[in-house]
Amino acid sequence: MGLISFLKDKFKKKDAVTETYSKGMERSRKNFSSKLKNLSTRYKEVNQDYFDELEEILIESDVGINFALNIIEEVLNKSEEEGIKDPEKINEILVDKMFVGYASKGDIVNELPFYENTPTVLLVVGVNGVGKTTTIAKLAYRYIKQGKKVMLVAADTFRAGATEQLTVWAERLGIDIATGKQDADPASVAYDGVKKAKENKCDLVIVDTAGRLQTKANLMAELAKIKRVIGKEIEGAPQETFLIIDATTGQNGVVQAKAFADVTNLTGIVITKMDGTSKGGIILAIRDELGVPVRFIGLGEKMEDLQEFDLDKYLYGLCVEED
Amino acid sequence: MAFESLSDKLSSIFKKMRGQARLTEKNMEDMLKEIRVALLEADVNYKVVKEFTNNVKEKAIGQDVLSKLNPSQMLVKIVHDELVELLGSDDSEIHYQNNRPTVIMMVGLQGSGKTTSTGKLAYLLKNKLKKKVLLAAGDVYRPAAIDQLDQIAKQVGVDLVNLGTKVSPVEISLKAKEKAFNEHYDVLIIDTAGRLQIDEQLMKELNDIKDAVNPDEILLLIDAMAGQDAVNVANTFNQQLALTGAIMSKLDGDARGGAALSIRHMTGVPIKFSGVGEKLTDLDIFHPDRMADRILGMGDVMTLVEKAQEEMDEKEARRTANKMMSGKFDLNDMLENMRKVQKMGSLGGLLKLIPGMPKISPEQQAAAEKEMRNFEVIINSMTPYERSNPDVFKFSRKQRVANGCGKTLADVNRVLKKYDQMKDMMKQMESYRKSGRMPPGGLGGLGGFGGMGGFPQ
Ligand SMILES: Nc1nc2c(ncn2[C@@H]2O[C@H](COP(=O)(O)OP(=O)(O)OP(=O)(O)O)[C@@H](O)[C@H]2O)c(=O)[nH]1
Ligand SMILES: [Mg+2]
Repeated sequence: MGLISFLKDKFKKKDAVTETYSKGMERSRKNFSSKLKNLSTRYKEVNQDYFDELEEILIESDVGINFALNIIEEVLNKSEEEGIKDPEKINEILVDKMFVGYASKGDIVNELPFYENTPTVLLVVGVNGVGKTTTIAKLAYRYIKQGKKVMLVAADTFRAGATEQLTVWAERLGIDIATGKQDADPASVAYDGVKKAKENKCDLVIVDTAGRLQTKANLMAELAKIKRVIGKEIEGAPQETFLIIDATTGQNGVVQAKAFADVTNLTGIVITKMDGTSKGGIILAIRDELGVPVRFIGLGEKMEDLQEFDLDKYLYGLCVEED
Repeated sequence: MAFESLSDKLSSIFKKMRGQARLTEKNMEDMLKEIRVALLEADVNYKVVKEFTNNVKEKAIGQDVLSKLNPSQMLVKIVHDELVELLGSDDSEIHYQNNRPTVIMMVGLQGSGKTTSTGKLAYLLKNKLKKKVLLAAGDVYRPAAIDQLDQIAKQVGVDLVNLGTKVSPVEISLKAKEKAFNEHYDVLIIDTAGRLQIDEQLMKELNDIKDAVNPDEILLLIDAMAGQDAVNVANTFNQQLALTGAIMSKLDGDARGGAALSIRHMTGVPIKFSGVGEKLTDLDIFHPDRMADRILGMGDVMTLVEKAQEEMDEKEARRTANKMMSGKFDLNDMLENMRKVQKMGSLGGLLKLIPGMPKISPEQQAAAEKEMRNFEVIINSMTPYERSNPDVFKFSRKQRVANGCGKTLADVNRVLKKYDQMKDMMKQMESYRKSGRMPPGGLGGLGGFGGMGGFPQ
């Protein structure tokens, strides 16, 4: 277990250990962990049925059939090699395997980076209705609280009411916003916005984009263009691009991540609507296939409802009963 | 994730079991496994998959294989028929009232597409069914949701009851109903706030609206991308509100939409419409057979055929095909075909509909589409004589064409090369036709879409 505890230490944050996830998150993990607990109390020894039920629990959390089959095979092998039959131990192995699988894909810093003389530009992308605009408000709130000067850019000029929506948030937050006319070229709105942020010496500028399905080639090209023109104004920007994924998303989530990673430089995922009953297991499959890490999770509709992603808690909360 | 259709996978399994004329538990085992994987990859709920595959197994065991089909095709047919039967319903229409307004209430999770679908439904009712439609803006929570519906109502050209965000949704709905009755509207559609199904306050609010206006239809919005939890969502909404139907949104993406099956199977609620794009015109009635193909990952062949038919009547298609086969295919024909393909929609969207087609990236798609446009520009600056006699092209003609449209010589050469390739392909197809075989892959019938010339190899 040396490796695992090492990785866990590395991932554990100093301050947040005592902090508990909000009620919402508790719901989905209680759900999951009570299923697992129930499972381990019904079985004295693990057998094929046990693993079948484990598979069901995993698949119902949306990790996908491939991920589920692979991880279960690993656990099965270990249990056979070492003659482990105790259901509780098996669950423990399962969590550890998932942890190592996730953590060994690379280092993760959740918080955004900040620079001396240039603003950090964060581009926010995703399919329709996943919570991009709301997440932007939440992130802005987070960094305003940390004393940063934050500005928003409403580059969704397509959806009716989108600019108004972000403007309402900017007013509530008391910060600047750059907007364009309905149907204006989003890239030029983004460019002007980033320029203004630079002039006003902002620390952080967050660019909202229209929701788009990854199958729309022209809209994906538009996104690539937005990214390009931002880079023209500030070298190396956008330094961060977040893909927003809705926790209710099924297997299409991996396809989405791949497609958005093709046209932007994805640096993180924010998984929203974790206050519901969906488990958001697709993030494990995405990390597995693409290596993109989850940075934050959305737990409600208000601007305070955002938390840093904590792998340890996510997996432990999901899989192991703690009392 | 390579796009390999279920039928391909099954037929490769089947190759190992040639000569067996009956479906047995044993010879079906591997195939059923593949079917199970396909359904799970399509996000059909785990429990539904279990029941479904068991049903299929029971239906299939001992069935004699139809003479024309091999056992794997037979099994696909059984699965497909079973899916269509499950997904379909006699009750897939809106029940319109004759002597008073029909009241429709839209419900669903956040981000599932309620507000846009409200607009699309209004558009469909107004333009196709000639109904007088009234909308009610009942989402007073999401910032600017009412602005959004206001803009949509104006675009569609229907009236909206907008009382701002200070009035309760129940009151808004009541006022709207009053107006609908007094002013003789045919249909009232009420947009409501999206929230989680476990949000008791929202459920109570929806119930209050329901009690207040007594709607004829309560439609649940489901997202085609929804995962395993979709059944729980639908169950809760159904238990609380007694749904009359569902609309599946975002079917223009590439999600397989297994939630449609789960929901139908677990709640019995019929799917009535599908959302196929962001524009107001993008709402279709629901087609169970297409949905079945889609869930199985077999491509939406029907949609392709229909799209093709809309643009190309059969006679014309046959004429082009004959011309191609006889080798009298010239640059005019190539251009004409390209235009038709373009009219049918994005190349990527079309290719997705064809089973067995490799997946292409958005960049490849865009590149191919750009190349089609380039081809068009170049062919347009040729003389009519050149277009019908492409063999006359020598250096000077090519140079003139290039100059004429601001392209390079290499660009012109690419068009001519593509033309040659296509002509060769036509000849090949003709020999296939004469020998009575179709080319491998069975895409011969699509030869008419020669305009896909720009598609990267
Ligand atoms: N319960 C819950 N709701 C959320 C969360 N994040 C966003 N929402 C809600 O989801 C809905 C859609 O959010 P938006 O922020 O408008 O989504 P978007 O991705 O910007 O949508 P488009 O711009 O239309 O593509 C709103 O009703 C939000 O309040 C979350 O973490 N939990
Ligand atoms: Mg938005």
